[in-house]
Amino acid sequence: MNDPVDVLIIGAGASGAAVAWSLADTRMHILCLDQGGWMNPAQYPSTGRDWEARFYGDYSTSPNVRARPEDYPINDDNSPIKVVNFNGVGGSTVMYTAHWPRLHPSDFKVKTLDGVADDWPIDYDALSPFFAENDRMMGVSGLSGDPLSPLTEPAMPPQPLGRSGAIFGKAMNKLGWHWWPSDTTVATTDYEGRARCINLGHCTPACAQGAKASTDITYWPHALRAGVELRTHCRVREITTNEHGMASGVVYYDKDGVEQFQAAEVVIIACNGVGTPRLLLNSASGRFPNGLANSSGLVGKNLMFHPYGQVYGYVEEPTDSNRAPPTCLWSKEFYDTDLSRGFVRGYAIQFGRGVGPVFEAVMSEGKGILPWGADHHRVFRKLNGHRLAISAICEDLPEEHNRVTLDPVLKDSHGIPAPRVDYTIGANSAKMLEHGLARGREILEAAGATDLCINSPIPYGGWHLLGTARMGPDPARSVVNEWGRSHDVKNLFIVDGSVFVTSGGVNPTSTIQAIALYIADQMKQRLANLFD
Amino acid sequence: MSAENILTPAQRDDLRTIAAMIIPASDEYKVPGADDAAVQADILATLGRDTDMVRQALDHLARLAGKPLADLDPARRDAVAGEFRSTGGPAAATLVRVVLQCYYRDDRVLRSLGLELRAPFPKGYTLEQGDWSLLDPVKARPPALRRAQ
Repeated sequence: MNDPVDVLIIGAGASGAAVAWSLADTRMHILCLDQGGWMNPAQYPSTGRDWEARFYGDYSTSPNVRARPEDYPINDDNSPIKVVNFNGVGGSTVMYTAHWPRLHPSDFKVKTLDGVADDWPIDYDALSPFFAENDRMMGVSGLSGDPLSPLTEPAMPPQPLGRSGAIFGKAMNKLGWHWWPSDTTVATTDYEGRARCINLGHCTPACAQGAKASTDITYWPHALRAGVELRTHCRVREITTNEHGMASGVVYYDKDGVEQFQAAEVVIIACNGVGTPRLLLNSASGRFPNGLANSSGLVGKNLMFHPYGQVYGYVEEPTDSNRAPPTCLWSKEFYDTDLSRGFVRGYAIQFGRGVGPVFEAVMSEGKGILPWGADHHRVFRKLNGHRLAISAICEDLPEEHNRVTLDPVLKDSHGIPAPRVDYTIGANSAKMLEHGLARGREILEAAGATDLCINSPIPYGGWHLLGTARMGPDPARSVVNEWGRSHDVKNLFIVDGSVFVTSGGVNPTSTIQAIALYIADQMKQRLANLFD
Repeated sequence: MSAENILTPAQRDDLRTIAAMIIPASDEYKVPGADDAAVQADILATLGRDTDMVRQALDHLARLAGKPLADLDPARRDAVAGEFRSTGGPAAATLVRVVLQCYYRDDRVLRSLGLELRAPFPKGYTLEQGDWSLLDPVKARPPALRRAQ
């Protein structure tokens, strides 16, 4: 029998780590359960000669391909965009690009400004101190003063432009379009015990150097020292409730596969926009027959990815290829609504430095530009080390038919029903993608690139899992209130990307963590009457 | 199961033949083909989770060829290879990817490409700063962040 805890957090990723660290100063007994374990950087792909091959295997971004014991399967057959994530201490911060924009102030007011979707119940100013706190904890490099982005004050200088960044910069200047060195959570100097980046290559499949911020090496060491308990290889099956309709704890399977019950006064879900609705729907009971916290019927609905449209091509001069972090710049030239474009809202542009030889060979052969036979060698030498990529990350609007439900057949290794994703790209997003692809072509042509190819949408591009337990003041139109508490279950909180009302057009991790810190702060301010 | 027994002898023969069709040896670039013994040994030793898909692909290839691929005349072999790639789906794509990922980590091939024969960690790479004055025109732009009101 496990001793009851004050606060139980489910998930040790981006948001779970942040909320655990923030709540630690309350001196409450805080326990976090994660289905995965601690990562071992000595085993990360960049430590071996097979570093590229492992992206297609145990370090694939897709949980369905990766299929580690810590992963759960996802039926995403009915979606042009496949879910990608990582499960373990650190969650998807172990496998992300470390690109670090924030949502813009205008992103919180899309109904007011553009007449679509809904405004958030909170605004940028409410999150501002938590953005700053989170940047300090994660360690951010970049250049302050971007005229088209919220003001940030990175503690470390930006990544070098490199060859690829310089080519992009010249092309963007030729077009007269905005560009800026991106904020990243890649340490460019030694920072808080992390060694500086030495350009191991692509950051996505985990950083052996520890230069990239993932919460297993940022928040968690602090949280553990402050007394938070983290129990690994513990997969939660369901949240239980008592006769008062309050959360009473969780049922989980421990590292030996033994079913356990853990009682808790407060339950916080930090499982991302797919894992969180899955857990809530799996927690249906007689009192909550449609799933926990689901009186609105919105749990799992309004799933937003960011559809990515990518154009890539090849320049004469050598690029940085795989010998640098993958993204180095952003552009907000097309971020804000301009109705003359035929759609509302907008997108950011990411600039890709290039890829390694195996990626180049596999992708180019698949596209039909790298031939079989005698000419293979000549063409490969023309392509390899000369690629540049432009990606438009499009704001996705909430649509209820885009949703996460429980698959009637598919189950994880513990027999827990797996999530099913049904998703289509909306008309507004489709127009935005086309616009982004056209601008991407212009940029690459301005850079002198040829042999342009398109990936749209990037199929394995479902990194950003948002909106499936949205926040709002109205219990009929939202799952949690403006400080993350379930409308239905007064001691149940959600702190991950599920609570997003709209998606913005940028990578969301910075905003997800700022929201987690904001919710933790709201909880601390209300401890005396948290359940009122 | 030893690496040699992961595939049948006939499958190994067809794999070697199709690999040479994907990447033949080149005197000009001083590189082996993907049918080279060391590359083939690497493929067999590291098939792992791709084994089933590669077997499917080779079964498909065998059906299309009707006999060992190497025994076909060159024109027929090219036709079969083309049909294999266009109709083989994810299994064929996996086979091709496995060949490419082993070929492009071979020492002789990397040396020919001018790449270092090592893992990225722990040495890493040097990234040049680039010309930061390129940013001056952007810095000169007036702030234009859209406000929320």
